[in-house]
Amino acid sequence: MAQSPIGLAIEASGLVKHFGDTKAVDGVDLAVPAGTVFGVLGPNGAGKTTTVRMLATLLQPDAGEARVLGHDISKEADAVRSRVSLTGQFASVDEDLTGFENLVLLSRLLGYSKPQSRARATDLLDAFGLADAAERQVKKYSGGMRRRIDLAASIVATPDVLFLDEPTTGLDPRSRNQVWDIVRVLVASGTTVLLTTQYLDEADQLADRIAVIDHGKVIAEGTSGQLKASVGSGAVHIRLRDAGTRPAAERLLAHRLGTEIFLEHDPVALTARSADAAVVSAAITELTEAGIPVAEFSLGQPSLDEVFLALTGHPAEEHTDETTEEEAA
Amino acid sequence: MTTPTTTSTGGTAPVIDQKLLAALSSIDRPPRPNPAQASFTFGWRALLKIKHVPEQLFDVTMFPIMFTLMFTYLFGGALAGSPREYIQDLLPGILVLTVAMITMYTGLGINKDINKGVFDRFRSLPIWRPAVLVGALFGDVLRYTLASIIVIGLGLLIGFRPDGGVLGVVAAVALLLVFAFSLSWIWTALGFLMRTEESLMAVSMMILFPLTFISNVFVDPETMPGWLQAFVDVNPITHLSTASRGLMHGDVDMTQVGWVLVACVALVAVFGPLTMRLFRTKQ
Repeated sequence: MAQSPIGLAIEASGLVKHFGDTKAVDGVDLAVPAGTVFGVLGPNGAGKTTTVRMLATLLQPDAGEARVLGHDISKEADAVRSRVSLTGQFASVDEDLTGFENLVLLSRLLGYSKPQSRARATDLLDAFGLADAAERQVKKYSGGMRRRIDLAASIVATPDVLFLDEPTTGLDPRSRNQVWDIVRVLVASGTTVLLTTQYLDEADQLADRIAVIDHGKVIAEGTSGQLKASVGSGAVHIRLRDAGTRPAAERLLAHRLGTEIFLEHDPVALTARSADAAVVSAAITELTEAGIPVAEFSLGQPSLDEVFLALTGHPAEEHTDETTEEEAA
Repeated sequence: MTTPTTTSTGGTAPVIDQKLLAALSSIDRPPRPNPAQASFTFGWRALLKIKHVPEQLFDVTMFPIMFTLMFTYLFGGALAGSPREYIQDLLPGILVLTVAMITMYTGLGINKDINKGVFDRFRSLPIWRPAVLVGALFGDVLRYTLASIIVIGLGLLIGFRPDGGVLGVVAAVALLLVFAFSLSWIWTALGFLMRTEESLMAVSMMILFPLTFISNVFVDPETMPGWLQAFVDVNPITHLSTASRGLMHGDVDMTQVGWVLVACVALVAVFGPLTMRLFRTKQ
């Protein structure tokens, strides 16, 4: 497997793409080590899909450059195409054809002979648990089966780099786990995977490194642990036995922990952003001693949701139509 | 560990893993196919689509039957004394009109591929890029042939008697297929340009209706006003319909055939590169 000297499968610097007045991607830099899963995390409209489409040579960047496996995406697009695969956000197989026919079609287009193509299609359908659905039209597949046939189509010829654009959006938890398993096997066999997601736990589960992208810019990059550490220590979640004691608990905790206390919708729950574990356990003890029984409490690393909030000032989900802000940026 | 099973197979995740690893490790990447192989593969896809969605043949079967019967009996008595006399002149023209009309569906197919996302898959393959369009057009030529057979068969049933014999009819159909293939490049370009099927359909109709009806297919242009005659005279459908009549009745004027071929070259020369440009820059 050819790689750039420093072992990067994908290197992008200053990628820019405009659509009319909108800057969809506004100077994205990425460095993806070969053989790893790299997560691009961001809300809808952050520029994830546009970035992936540029890297997969489907879109020409307006500015900046990128190399995939050492090949320039603009000047050596054909060389890139022969080494990568893209599984788009929408069905990227022909829904009118059966699963078997789709895989034979792609095998033939990649240069396999007719018998090789049939064998390849059969093997892949079997490997993805779709053998029984081989003769069924893809439009009759369930959402999870469709995702799997999409993935199978992407690895007819094993790619060195696989782009997955929101591979589990809209899937039920079990189908999502199957897709995750497939991704893990692919990476174990040496493929580099770049996946976009708006699910924070997906990036947490799969990705070795994560780039958080917002308004077309990378606003943070690192391992899941590094991103969490950059926000500070984790939040304390406390549930009381008795809702009536919450005002007293809030006062005591605010005093002890020295941070703002959030009152949850649940009338017995409170959350405090960040605290030292020793201080927290002392505060819990004090609550009990003050006659405020605690039902349960947990102290954890911040979730990626909290990371996103801390980095951008807004939560990951509620933020789809802020184009004016985007243009001003 | 839980073992998620798939509803279809009952297989378990660890089994999938092993099979998947095997499927991944058994790869030697073959050389890429040449342009002809890739085009034929896409042609095969078009045939598969006809097999799975036979309803899409509705337009190439019902349109021709409807047009032939409707116009023969609607205009025959008034324009030529009797439908039987009219059809001798009309049929070669109605064949041209019918096939020209159904070329429009080429654009719809491409538009659907783009909107569904399957086009991205094809575009990300290391293949000769026009192959996807050329292959689709192969499939379309098959549909045009079917439409031609239906029109001519129906015509023969209701009294069409070509003096040019089998050879003349076959030559006329062959010329028509070449023209239809060339005309289709307009629709491939529009298929990329238009965002929705509805808008594509509307624009295609706006081009096709004047192109096919303002011609000599139905009536002799001599009674038309001068400005309209001017358009009829340069309309390639007029030349094609004249050439088609000539070939079928055995009195062909080869300059008409020549003009049709010039129009074909011009269509492909303009709309072929335009389509490929739109293909490359499609977002």
